[in-house]
Amino acid sequence: MHPAPSVILFTVLSGLGFGLLAMLGLGAAPVTGWAAFVAYGAGFGLAVAGLLASTFHLGNPQRALRAFTQWRTSWLSREAWASVAALGLMAPVAASAVFMGRLMPALGAVAAVLCLITVLTTSMIYTQLRTVPRWNHWTTPALFFGHAVAGGALLAGLGNAPILLGLLGLFMALSFRAGDARFAERGHTLATATGLGHGKVRSFAPPHTGTNYLMREMIHVVGRKHALKLRVIAVLFAAVLPAVALVLLPAGLATTLVAAAFHLIGAFAGRWLFFAEAEHVVGLYYGKR
Amino acid sequence: MTALPPPSAKKLGLVIDLDTCVGCHACVTACKGWNDQGYGAPLSDQDAWGANPSGTFLNRVHSYEVTPETGAPQLVHFPKSCLHCENAPCVTVCPTGASYKRAEDGIVLVNESACIGCGLCAWACPYGARELDQAAGVMKKCTLCVDRIYNENLPEVDRVPACVRTCPAGARHFGDLGDPDSAVSQLVAERGGMELMPEQGTRPVNRYLPPRPKDRLEETAPLAPLLDIQATGFAGWLDRLLDRI
Repeated sequence: MHPAPSVILFTVLSGLGFGLLAMLGLGAAPVTGWAAFVAYGAGFGLAVAGLLASTFHLGNPQRALRAFTQWRTSWLSREAWASVAALGLMAPVAASAVFMGRLMPALGAVAAVLCLITVLTTSMIYTQLRTVPRWNHWTTPALFFGHAVAGGALLAGLGNAPILLGLLGLFMALSFRAGDARFAERGHTLATATGLGHGKVRSFAPPHTGTNYLMREMIHVVGRKHALKLRVIAVLFAAVLPAVALVLLPAGLATTLVAAAFHLIGAFAGRWLFFAEAEHVVGLYYGKR
Repeated sequence: MTALPPPSAKKLGLVIDLDTCVGCHACVTACKGWNDQGYGAPLSDQDAWGANPSGTFLNRVHSYEVTPETGAPQLVHFPKSCLHCENAPCVTVCPTGASYKRAEDGIVLVNESACIGCGLCAWACPYGARELDQAAGVMKKCTLCVDRIYNENLPEVDRVPACVRTCPAGARHFGDLGDPDSAVSQLVAERGGMELMPEQGTRPVNRYLPPRPKDRLEETAPLAPLLDIQATGFAGWLDRLLDRI
Protein backbone atom coordinates (compact mmCIF):
# COMPACT_ATOMS: atom_id res chain seq x y z
CA MET A 1 0.00 0.00 0.00
CA HIS A 2 1.16 3.50 -0.78
CA PRO A 3 2.47 5.12 2.42
CA ALA A 4 0.76 8.52 1.99
CA PRO A 5 2.48 11.08 4.27
CA SER A 6 -0.88 12.58 5.28
CA VAL A 7 -2.17 9.24 6.53
CA ILE A 8 1.08 8.41 8.34
CA LEU A 9 1.07 11.82 10.04
CA PHE A 10 -2.59 11.43 10.91
CA THR A 11 -2.40 7.98 12.45
CA VAL A 12 0.81 8.63 14.40
CA LEU A 13 0.00 12.11 15.72
CA SER A 14 -3.67 11.58 16.50
CA GLY A 15 -2.92 8.19 18.08
CA LEU A 16 -0.32 9.80 20.32
CA GLY A 17 -2.60 12.74 21.14
CA PHE A 18 -5.57 10.55 22.03
CA GLY A 19 -3.27 8.31 24.08
CA LEU A 20 -2.01 11.31 26.07
CA LEU A 21 -5.55 12.65 26.57
CA ALA A 22 -6.67 9.20 27.76
CA MET A 23 -3.89 9.13 30.37
CA LEU A 24 -4.79 12.64 31.53
CA GLY A 25 -8.52 11.86 31.58
CA LEU A 26 -7.92 8.77 33.70
CA GLY A 27 -6.06 10.98 36.18
CA ALA A 28 -2.83 9.02 35.79
CA ALA A 29 -1.00 12.37 35.82
CA PRO A 30 -3.12 14.68 37.98
CA VAL A 31 -1.92 18.02 36.62
CA THR A 32 -3.55 21.42 37.11
CA GLY A 33 -2.82 25.02 36.10
CA TRP A 34 0.05 25.69 33.69
CA ALA A 35 1.22 22.07 33.75
CA ALA A 36 -2.29 21.03 32.73
CA PHE A 37 -2.32 23.71 30.01
CA VAL A 38 0.85 22.25 28.48
CA ALA A 39 -0.24 18.62 28.87
CA TYR A 40 -3.82 18.99 27.58
CA GLY A 41 -2.60 21.47 24.95
CA ALA A 42 -0.16 18.87 23.62
CA GLY A 43 -2.88 16.20 23.61
CA PHE A 44 -5.44 18.36 21.81
CA GLY A 45 -2.78 19.77 19.47
CA LEU A 46 -1.56 16.33 18.38
CA ALA A 47 -5.05 14.89 18.01
CA VAL A 48 -6.42 17.85 16.04
CA ALA A 49 -3.28 18.19 13.88
CA GLY A 50 -3.61 14.52 13.01
CA LEU A 51 -7.28 14.81 12.16
CA LEU A 52 -6.59 17.83 9.94
CA ALA A 53 -3.76 15.98 8.18
CA SER A 54 -6.19 13.15 7.41
CA THR A 55 -8.34 15.50 5.30
CA PHE A 56 -5.38 16.26 3.00
CA HIS A 57 -5.65 12.94 1.22
CA LEU A 58 -9.31 13.44 0.35
CA GLY A 59 -10.32 14.14 -3.25
CA ASN A 60 -13.12 16.44 -2.11
CA PRO A 61 -12.39 17.58 1.48
CA GLN A 62 -15.15 20.22 1.36
CA ARG A 63 -17.65 17.37 1.76
CA ALA A 64 -15.86 15.88 4.79
CA LEU A 65 -18.86 16.48 7.08
CA ARG A 66 -20.74 13.79 5.14
CA ALA A 67 -18.40 11.27 6.76
CA PHE A 68 -20.52 11.51 9.92
CA THR A 69 -23.55 9.91 8.30
CA GLN A 70 -22.71 6.19 7.96
CA TRP A 71 -21.72 5.20 11.49
CA ARG A 72 -23.94 2.12 11.35
CA THR A 73 -21.67 0.37 8.85
CA SER A 74 -18.47 2.35 8.31
CA TRP A 75 -15.50 2.37 10.69
CA LEU A 76 -14.30 5.61 9.09
CA SER A 77 -17.58 7.26 9.99
CA ARG A 78 -17.43 5.82 13.51
CA GLU A 79 -13.96 7.27 13.85
CA ALA A 80 -15.31 10.71 12.95
CA TRP A 81 -17.96 10.45 15.67
CA ALA A 82 -15.65 8.95 18.29
CA SER A 83 -12.98 11.60 17.79
CA VAL A 84 -15.45 14.48 18.02
CA ALA A 85 -17.13 12.95 21.08
CA ALA A 86 -13.78 12.30 22.79
CA LEU A 87 -12.48 15.81 22.15
CA GLY A 88 -15.84 17.36 23.06
CA LEU A 89 -16.04 15.57 26.42
CA MET A 90 -12.37 16.11 27.14
CA ALA A 91 -12.69 19.90 26.65
CA PRO A 92 -14.52 20.64 29.93
CA VAL A 93 -12.15 18.26 31.79
CA ALA A 94 -9.18 20.17 30.40
CA ALA A 95 -10.74 23.59 31.05
CA SER A 96 -11.51 22.63 34.65
CA ALA A 97 -7.94 21.44 35.30
CA VAL A 98 -6.33 24.44 33.60
CA PHE A 99 -8.50 27.33 34.74
CA MET A 100 -10.09 26.13 37.99
CA GLY A 101 -7.38 23.80 39.20
CA ARG A 102 -9.98 21.10 39.75
CA LEU A 103 -9.94 17.55 38.38
CA MET A 104 -13.08 15.92 36.98
CA PRO A 105 -12.37 12.20 37.47
CA ALA A 106 -15.76 10.80 36.38
CA LEU A 107 -16.14 12.81 33.17
CA GLY A 108 -12.40 12.42 32.57
CA ALA A 109 -12.70 8.64 32.71
CA VAL A 110 -15.59 8.64 30.23
CA ALA A 111 -13.67 10.95 27.88
CA ALA A 112 -10.56 8.74 28.27
CA VAL A 113 -12.54 5.66 27.24
CA LEU A 114 -13.81 7.58 24.20
CA CYS A 115 -10.21 8.49 23.33
CA LEU A 116 -9.27 4.80 23.37
CA ILE A 117 -12.39 3.96 21.34
CA THR A 118 -11.21 6.53 18.78
CA VAL A 119 -7.88 4.71 18.52
CA LEU A 120 -9.80 1.44 18.11
CA THR A 121 -11.93 2.88 15.28
CA THR A 122 -8.79 4.16 13.52
CA SER A 123 -7.20 0.73 13.71
CA MET A 124 -10.41 -0.98 12.55
CA ILE A 125 -10.37 1.00 9.29
CA TYR A 126 -7.30 -1.06 8.41
CA THR A 127 -8.15 -4.24 10.28
CA GLN A 128 -11.48 -4.68 8.46
CA LEU A 129 -9.85 -4.94 5.01
CA ARG A 130 -9.75 -8.59 3.97
CA THR A 131 -8.01 -7.37 0.83
CA VAL A 132 -4.86 -6.59 2.85
CA PRO A 133 -4.09 -9.80 4.77
CA ARG A 134 -1.27 -8.18 6.78
CA TRP A 135 -3.74 -5.76 8.37
CA ASN A 136 -6.71 -8.08 8.61
CA HIS A 137 -5.77 -9.45 12.05
CA TRP A 138 -6.14 -8.63 15.77
CA THR A 139 -2.49 -7.54 15.93
CA THR A 140 -3.45 -4.31 14.13
CA PRO A 141 -5.67 -2.90 16.91
CA ALA A 142 -3.14 -4.24 19.44
CA LEU A 143 -0.38 -2.29 17.70
CA PHE A 144 -2.42 0.93 17.53
CA PHE A 145 -3.42 0.58 21.21
CA GLY A 146 0.19 -0.10 22.13
CA HIS A 147 1.32 3.07 20.41
CA ALA A 148 -1.44 5.18 22.01
CA VAL A 149 -1.03 3.85 25.54
CA ALA A 150 2.78 3.73 25.64
CA GLY A 151 3.19 7.03 23.78
CA GLY A 152 0.55 8.67 25.98
CA ALA A 153 2.21 7.37 29.16
CA LEU A 154 5.56 8.65 27.92
CA LEU A 155 4.22 12.15 27.22
CA ALA A 156 2.25 12.21 30.49
CA GLY A 157 5.49 11.40 32.34
CA LEU A 158 4.10 8.29 34.01
CA GLY A 159 6.42 6.12 36.09
CA ASN A 160 5.35 2.93 34.32
CA ALA A 161 6.06 4.37 30.85
CA PRO A 162 9.27 2.31 30.37
CA ILE A 163 7.34 -0.92 30.98
CA LEU A 164 4.58 0.12 28.57
CA LEU A 165 7.20 1.08 25.98
CA GLY A 166 8.76 -2.35 26.39
CA LEU A 167 5.37 -3.94 25.72
CA LEU A 168 4.95 -1.72 22.67
CA GLY A 169 8.30 -2.95 21.35
CA LEU A 170 7.08 -6.53 21.74
CA PHE A 171 3.79 -5.74 19.95
CA MET A 172 5.68 -4.09 17.10
CA ALA A 173 8.05 -7.01 16.67
CA LEU A 174 5.14 -9.48 16.93
CA SER A 175 3.01 -7.71 14.33
CA PHE A 176 5.97 -7.38 11.94
CA ARG A 177 6.75 -11.09 12.23
CA ALA A 178 3.18 -12.38 12.32
CA GLY A 179 2.26 -10.36 9.23
CA ASP A 180 4.93 -11.81 6.99
CA ALA A 181 3.26 -15.13 6.23
CA ARG A 182 -0.38 -14.09 6.33
CA PHE A 183 -0.82 -13.37 2.61
CA ALA A 184 0.25 -16.91 1.79
CA GLU A 185 -1.82 -18.36 4.67
CA ARG A 186 -5.01 -16.83 3.26
CA GLY A 187 -4.43 -18.72 0.02
CA HIS A 188 -4.82 -15.78 -2.36
CA THR A 189 -2.99 -16.55 -5.60
CA LEU A 190 -3.19 -15.49 -9.23
CA ALA A 191 -4.97 -18.81 -9.80
CA THR A 192 -7.81 -17.98 -7.37
CA ALA A 193 -7.89 -14.37 -8.61
CA THR A 194 -8.42 -15.41 -12.22
CA GLY A 195 -9.99 -18.83 -11.80
CA LEU A 196 -7.38 -20.13 -14.24
CA GLY A 197 -6.25 -22.97 -12.02
CA HIS A 198 -5.76 -25.61 -14.72
CA GLY A 199 -2.08 -24.79 -15.09
CA LYS A 200 0.61 -22.41 -14.00
CA VAL A 201 -0.63 -18.84 -14.48
CA ARG A 202 1.55 -15.83 -15.04
CA SER A 203 0.84 -12.28 -16.11
CA PHE A 204 1.73 -12.12 -19.80
CA ALA A 205 0.80 -8.54 -20.61
CA PRO A 206 -0.62 -5.83 -18.35
CA PRO A 207 -3.76 -3.98 -19.47
CA HIS A 208 -1.94 -0.69 -19.88
CA THR A 209 1.59 0.36 -20.74
CA GLY A 210 1.85 3.02 -18.03
CA THR A 211 0.83 3.05 -14.41
CA ASN A 212 -2.62 3.76 -12.97
CA TYR A 213 -4.38 4.67 -9.74
CA LEU A 214 -4.55 1.06 -8.56
CA MET A 215 -0.84 0.49 -9.01
CA ARG A 216 0.17 3.78 -7.42
CA GLU A 217 -2.16 3.27 -4.47
CA MET A 218 -1.92 -0.45 -3.78
CA ILE A 219 1.24 -1.84 -5.31
CA HIS A 220 4.05 -0.07 -3.50
CA VAL A 221 7.41 -1.80 -3.55
CA VAL A 222 9.77 1.13 -2.94
CA GLY A 223 11.87 0.69 0.18
CA ARG A 224 10.92 -2.91 0.90
CA LYS A 225 14.54 -3.89 0.41
CA HIS A 226 15.37 -1.90 3.55
CA ALA A 227 12.45 -3.35 5.46
CA LEU A 228 14.50 -5.34 7.96
CA LYS A 229 16.74 -2.39 8.85
CA LEU A 230 13.71 -0.13 9.15
CA ARG A 231 11.99 -2.63 11.44
CA VAL A 232 14.98 -2.58 13.77
CA ILE A 233 15.10 1.22 13.65
CA ALA A 234 11.36 1.43 14.34
CA VAL A 235 11.47 -0.83 17.41
CA LEU A 236 14.71 0.71 18.68
CA PHE A 237 13.51 4.32 18.43
CA ALA A 238 9.84 3.84 19.28
CA ALA A 239 10.34 1.59 22.30
CA VAL A 240 13.88 0.75 23.40
CA LEU A 241 15.64 4.13 23.30
CA PRO A 242 12.86 6.16 24.98
CA ALA A 243 12.53 3.51 27.70
CA VAL A 244 16.29 3.59 28.31
CA ALA A 245 16.28 7.41 28.31
CA LEU A 246 13.45 7.51 30.83
CA VAL A 247 15.22 5.06 33.13
CA LEU A 248 18.73 6.52 32.94
CA LEU A 249 18.14 10.28 32.69
CA PRO A 250 16.81 12.34 35.62
CA ALA A 251 13.05 12.77 35.45
CA GLY A 252 11.83 16.07 34.04
CA LEU A 253 10.49 17.85 30.99
CA ALA A 254 13.82 17.67 29.12
CA THR A 255 14.01 13.89 29.53
CA THR A 256 10.38 13.53 28.40
CA LEU A 257 11.08 15.61 25.30
CA VAL A 258 14.19 13.58 24.41
CA ALA A 259 12.28 10.31 24.88
CA ALA A 260 9.30 11.68 22.91
CA ALA A 261 11.59 12.70 20.02
CA PHE A 262 13.05 9.17 19.90
CA HIS A 263 9.56 7.70 20.12
CA LEU A 264 8.18 9.80 17.26
CA ILE A 265 11.04 8.84 14.91
CA GLY A 266 10.41 5.17 15.63
CA ALA A 267 6.64 5.54 15.38
CA PHE A 268 6.91 7.23 11.98
CA ALA A 269 9.31 4.54 10.72
CA GLY A 270 7.00 1.81 12.00
CA ARG A 271 3.89 3.37 10.51
CA TRP A 272 5.66 3.89 7.18
CA LEU A 273 6.42 0.16 7.18
CA PHE A 274 2.84 -0.61 8.21
CA PHE A 275 1.75 0.76 4.83
CA ALA A 276 4.79 0.01 2.66
CA GLU A 277 4.90 -3.67 3.64
CA ALA A 278 1.15 -4.22 3.35
CA GLU A 279 0.28 -6.13 0.20
CA HIS A 280 -3.11 -5.73 -1.44
CA VAL A 281 -4.59 -8.74 -3.26
CA VAL A 282 -5.19 -6.63 -6.39
CA GLY A 283 -1.42 -6.83 -6.98
CA LEU A 284 -1.98 -10.47 -7.98
CA TYR A 285 -3.72 -9.38 -11.19
CA TYR A 286 -0.60 -7.44 -12.14
CA GLY A 287 1.76 -10.24 -11.17
CA LYS A 288 3.15 -7.96 -8.48
CA ARG A 289 2.72 -7.41 -4.80
CA MET B 1 -27.25 4.17 3.92
CA THR B 2 -24.23 2.11 3.04
CA ALA B 3 -25.78 -0.94 4.63
CA LEU B 4 -26.25 -3.58 1.95
CA PRO B 5 -29.86 -4.14 0.88
CA PRO B 6 -31.36 -7.62 1.34
CA PRO B 7 -30.37 -9.83 -1.61
CA SER B 8 -32.37 -8.72 -4.66
CA ALA B 9 -34.22 -11.22 -6.84
CA LYS B 10 -32.86 -9.46 -9.90
CA LYS B 11 -29.06 -9.58 -10.13
CA LEU B 12 -27.89 -7.81 -13.25
CA GLY B 13 -24.37 -8.62 -14.28
CA LEU B 14 -21.97 -9.76 -16.94
CA VAL B 15 -20.82 -13.17 -18.04
CA ILE B 16 -17.42 -13.04 -19.73
CA ASP B 17 -16.29 -15.88 -21.94
CA LEU B 18 -12.54 -16.32 -21.52
CA ASP B 19 -12.59 -18.88 -24.29
CA THR B 20 -13.88 -16.40 -26.83
CA CYS B 21 -12.21 -13.15 -25.78
CA VAL B 22 -9.54 -12.22 -28.31
CA GLY B 23 -8.03 -9.42 -26.21
CA CYS B 24 -8.80 -6.61 -28.67
CA HIS B 25 -9.63 -4.06 -25.93
CA ALA B 26 -12.66 -2.82 -27.87
CA CYS B 27 -14.71 -3.11 -24.65
CA VAL B 28 -12.18 -0.88 -22.88
CA THR B 29 -12.51 1.78 -25.55
CA ALA B 30 -16.29 1.53 -25.77
CA CYS B 31 -16.56 1.76 -21.97
CA LYS B 32 -14.35 4.82 -21.79
CA GLY B 33 -16.17 6.39 -24.72
CA TRP B 34 -19.64 5.95 -23.28
CA ASN B 35 -18.80 6.80 -19.70
CA ASP B 36 -16.85 9.88 -20.71
CA GLN B 37 -19.95 11.74 -21.82
CA GLY B 38 -22.93 10.58 -19.81
CA TYR B 39 -23.22 9.46 -16.23
CA GLY B 40 -21.15 11.41 -13.68
CA ALA B 41 -17.74 13.03 -13.96
CA PRO B 42 -15.86 12.25 -17.19
CA LEU B 43 -13.03 9.72 -17.02
CA SER B 44 -9.99 11.96 -17.01
CA ASP B 45 -6.52 11.26 -18.37
CA GLN B 46 -3.31 12.72 -17.04
CA ASP B 47 -0.35 13.42 -19.32
CA ALA B 48 -2.30 11.70 -22.11
CA TRP B 49 0.15 12.69 -24.87
CA GLY B 50 3.26 12.83 -22.66
CA ALA B 51 5.85 10.38 -21.49
CA ASN B 52 3.83 8.91 -18.61
CA PRO B 53 0.19 8.68 -19.63
CA SER B 54 -2.28 7.51 -16.99
CA GLY B 55 -6.02 7.63 -16.83
CA THR B 56 -9.26 6.42 -15.32
CA PHE B 57 -10.79 3.30 -16.81
CA LEU B 58 -13.73 1.23 -15.59
CA ASN B 59 -12.77 -1.85 -17.54
CA ARG B 60 -9.32 -3.21 -18.28
CA VAL B 61 -8.09 -6.30 -20.13
CA HIS B 62 -5.22 -8.31 -18.66
CA SER B 63 -3.51 -11.14 -20.55
CA TYR B 64 -2.34 -14.27 -18.76
CA GLU B 65 -0.32 -17.25 -19.86
CA VAL B 66 -1.53 -20.58 -18.52
CA THR B 67 0.92 -23.45 -18.77
CA PRO B 68 -0.74 -26.84 -18.21
CA GLU B 69 1.08 -29.89 -16.83
CA THR B 70 1.44 -31.22 -20.36
CA GLY B 71 0.98 -29.43 -23.63
CA ALA B 72 1.55 -25.96 -24.90
CA PRO B 73 0.90 -22.79 -22.88
CA GLN B 74 -2.35 -21.00 -23.54
CA LEU B 75 -2.87 -17.24 -23.71
CA VAL B 76 -6.02 -16.07 -21.92
CA HIS B 77 -7.28 -12.51 -22.29
CA PHE B 78 -9.01 -11.41 -19.16
CA PRO B 79 -11.33 -8.37 -19.09
CA LYS B 80 -11.95 -7.10 -15.57
CA SER B 81 -14.52 -4.61 -14.33
CA CYS B 82 -16.81 -4.29 -11.29
CA LEU B 83 -18.37 -7.65 -10.43
CA HIS B 84 -21.35 -6.04 -8.62
CA CYS B 85 -20.80 -8.28 -5.59
CA GLU B 86 -23.74 -9.34 -3.44
CA ASN B 87 -21.59 -8.91 -0.35
CA ALA B 88 -19.87 -5.77 -1.61
CA PRO B 89 -17.17 -4.66 0.86
CA CYS B 90 -16.75 -1.36 -1.04
CA VAL B 91 -20.27 -0.34 -0.01
CA THR B 92 -20.14 -0.93 3.74
CA VAL B 93 -16.80 0.83 4.27
CA CYS B 94 -18.01 4.11 2.72
CA PRO B 95 -18.27 6.80 5.40
CA THR B 96 -20.56 9.14 3.45
CA GLY B 97 -23.15 6.85 1.90
CA ALA B 98 -21.91 7.71 -1.60
CA SER B 99 -21.23 4.06 -2.37
CA TYR B 100 -24.40 1.99 -2.60
CA LYS B 101 -25.93 -1.18 -3.98
CA ARG B 102 -29.30 -0.83 -5.65
CA ALA B 103 -32.01 -2.89 -3.99
CA GLU B 104 -33.97 -3.36 -7.23
CA ASP B 105 -31.29 -4.85 -9.50
CA GLY B 106 -28.11 -5.19 -7.46
CA ILE B 107 -26.03 -2.65 -9.42
CA VAL B 108 -23.29 -1.07 -7.27
CA LEU B 109 -23.02 2.68 -7.89
CA VAL B 110 -21.33 5.79 -6.53
CA ASN B 111 -23.27 8.98 -5.84
CA GLU B 112 -20.47 11.29 -6.93
CA SER B 113 -21.95 14.39 -5.31
CA ALA B 114 -21.58 12.72 -1.89
CA CYS B 115 -18.13 11.16 -2.47
CA ILE B 116 -15.28 12.75 -0.50
CA GLY B 117 -12.64 10.80 -2.41
CA CYS B 118 -11.13 9.04 0.60
CA GLY B 119 -10.33 5.97 -1.48
CA LEU B 120 -11.30 3.45 1.20
CA CYS B 121 -13.75 1.65 -1.10
CA ALA B 122 -10.96 1.08 -3.64
CA TRP B 123 -8.87 -0.42 -0.84
CA ALA B 124 -11.76 -2.70 0.15
CA CYS B 125 -12.25 -4.06 -3.39
CA PRO B 126 -10.15 -7.18 -4.09
CA TYR B 127 -10.61 -6.85 -7.85
CA GLY B 128 -9.27 -3.35 -8.52
CA ALA B 129 -12.63 -2.34 -9.92
CA ARG B 130 -12.62 1.20 -8.52
CA GLU B 131 -10.37 4.04 -9.58
CA LEU B 132 -10.27 7.51 -8.06
CA ASP B 133 -10.50 10.06 -10.85
CA GLN B 134 -7.50 12.35 -10.47
CA ALA B 135 -9.27 15.37 -11.96
CA ALA B 136 -12.66 15.12 -10.25
CA GLY B 137 -11.42 13.59 -6.98
CA VAL B 138 -14.34 11.16 -6.89
CA MET B 139 -14.46 7.40 -7.13
CA LYS B 140 -15.33 5.97 -10.53
CA LYS B 141 -16.54 2.45 -11.23
CA CYS B 142 -18.51 0.38 -13.72
CA THR B 143 -22.19 1.41 -13.63
CA LEU B 144 -23.22 -1.57 -15.77
CA CYS B 145 -24.21 1.30 -18.11
CA VAL B 146 -27.24 2.05 -15.97
CA ASP B 147 -27.86 4.98 -18.33
CA ARG B 148 -28.14 2.61 -21.33
CA ILE B 149 -29.87 -0.52 -20.08
CA TYR B 150 -33.09 1.26 -19.01
CA ASN B 151 -32.85 4.04 -21.60
CA GLU B 152 -35.96 3.96 -23.77
CA ASN B 153 -34.51 6.65 -26.06
CA LEU B 154 -32.09 4.05 -27.37
CA PRO B 155 -33.04 1.31 -29.84
CA GLU B 156 -33.69 -1.91 -27.93
CA VAL B 157 -30.55 -3.56 -29.32
CA ASP B 158 -28.45 -0.85 -27.66
CA ARG B 159 -29.96 -1.31 -24.19
CA VAL B 160 -27.00 -3.34 -22.98
CA PRO B 161 -23.71 -2.13 -21.48
CA ALA B 162 -21.42 -0.47 -24.03
CA CYS B 163 -18.77 -3.18 -23.59
CA VAL B 164 -21.28 -5.93 -24.42
CA ARG B 165 -22.70 -4.03 -27.39
CA THR B 166 -19.28 -3.48 -28.89
CA CYS B 167 -17.57 -6.84 -28.30
CA PRO B 168 -16.78 -8.14 -31.81
CA ALA B 169 -16.14 -11.68 -30.56
CA GLY B 170 -19.38 -12.06 -28.60
CA ALA B 171 -17.38 -12.80 -25.48
CA ARG B 172 -19.45 -10.56 -23.19
CA HIS B 173 -22.98 -11.34 -22.13
CA PHE B 174 -25.36 -9.21 -20.08
CA GLY B 175 -28.40 -10.37 -18.18
CA ASP B 176 -30.14 -11.28 -14.94
CA LEU B 177 -28.05 -13.79 -13.03
CA GLY B 178 -30.73 -13.98 -10.35
CA ASP B 179 -33.08 -15.68 -12.81
CA PRO B 180 -32.00 -19.31 -13.26
CA ASP B 181 -33.79 -19.46 -16.64
CA SER B 182 -32.08 -16.42 -18.16
CA ALA B 183 -29.67 -16.93 -21.04
CA VAL B 184 -26.70 -15.83 -18.92
CA SER B 185 -27.58 -18.17 -16.05
CA GLN B 186 -27.90 -21.07 -18.48
CA LEU B 187 -24.55 -20.19 -19.99
CA VAL B 188 -23.00 -20.20 -16.51
CA ALA B 189 -24.59 -23.57 -15.72
CA GLU B 190 -23.48 -25.12 -19.02
CA ARG B 191 -19.93 -23.87 -19.04
CA GLY B 192 -19.14 -23.93 -15.31
CA GLY B 193 -19.03 -20.15 -14.85
CA MET B 194 -16.70 -19.21 -12.01
CA GLU B 195 -16.35 -16.52 -9.36
CA LEU B 196 -13.11 -14.58 -8.96
CA MET B 197 -11.31 -14.89 -5.61
CA PRO B 198 -14.21 -16.69 -3.90
CA GLU B 199 -12.16 -16.91 -0.68
CA GLN B 200 -12.69 -13.18 -0.17
CA GLY B 201 -16.37 -13.88 0.53
CA THR B 202 -17.61 -11.06 -1.73
CA ARG B 203 -20.04 -13.27 -3.68
CA PRO B 204 -19.63 -11.55 -7.05
CA VAL B 205 -22.56 -11.53 -9.48
CA ASN B 206 -20.42 -11.46 -12.63
CA ARG B 207 -19.16 -14.84 -13.79
CA TYR B 208 -16.27 -15.92 -15.99
CA LEU B 209 -16.53 -18.87 -18.37
CA PRO B 210 -13.28 -20.84 -18.28
CA PRO B 211 -11.34 -21.45 -21.49
CA ARG B 212 -12.31 -24.77 -23.05
CA PRO B 213 -9.59 -27.44 -23.05
CA LYS B 214 -7.43 -27.25 -26.15
CA ASP B 215 -7.88 -29.90 -28.84
CA ARG B 216 -5.08 -32.48 -29.01
CA LEU B 217 -3.57 -33.85 -32.20
CA GLU B 218 -4.06 -37.57 -32.59
CA GLU B 219 -0.93 -39.62 -31.98
CA THR B 220 -1.18 -41.44 -35.32
CA ALA B 221 0.61 -39.63 -38.12
CA PRO B 222 -1.05 -40.08 -41.53
CA LEU B 223 2.23 -39.73 -43.42
CA ALA B 224 4.10 -42.35 -41.34
CA PRO B 225 3.51 -45.31 -43.77
CA LEU B 226 4.99 -43.28 -46.61
CA LEU B 227 8.19 -42.79 -44.66
CA ASP B 228 8.67 -46.53 -44.08
CA ILE B 229 10.31 -47.20 -47.48
CA GLN B 230 11.26 -50.80 -48.26
CA ALA B 231 13.91 -51.10 -50.90
CA THR B 232 13.25 -53.77 -53.59
CA GLY B 233 15.11 -55.17 -56.64
CA PHE B 234 18.72 -54.06 -57.15
CA ALA B 235 18.45 -51.43 -54.40
CA GLY B 236 17.14 -54.13 -52.03
CA TRP B 237 20.05 -56.48 -52.84
CA LEU B 238 22.51 -53.56 -52.33
CA ASP B 239 20.82 -52.69 -49.05
CA ARG B 240 21.13 -56.23 -47.70
CA LEU B 241 24.76 -56.48 -48.97
CA LEU B 242 25.80 -53.23 -47.33
CA ASP B 243 24.07 -54.33 -44.08
CA ARG B 244 26.23 -57.48 -44.04
CA ILE B 245 29.60 -55.73 -44.57
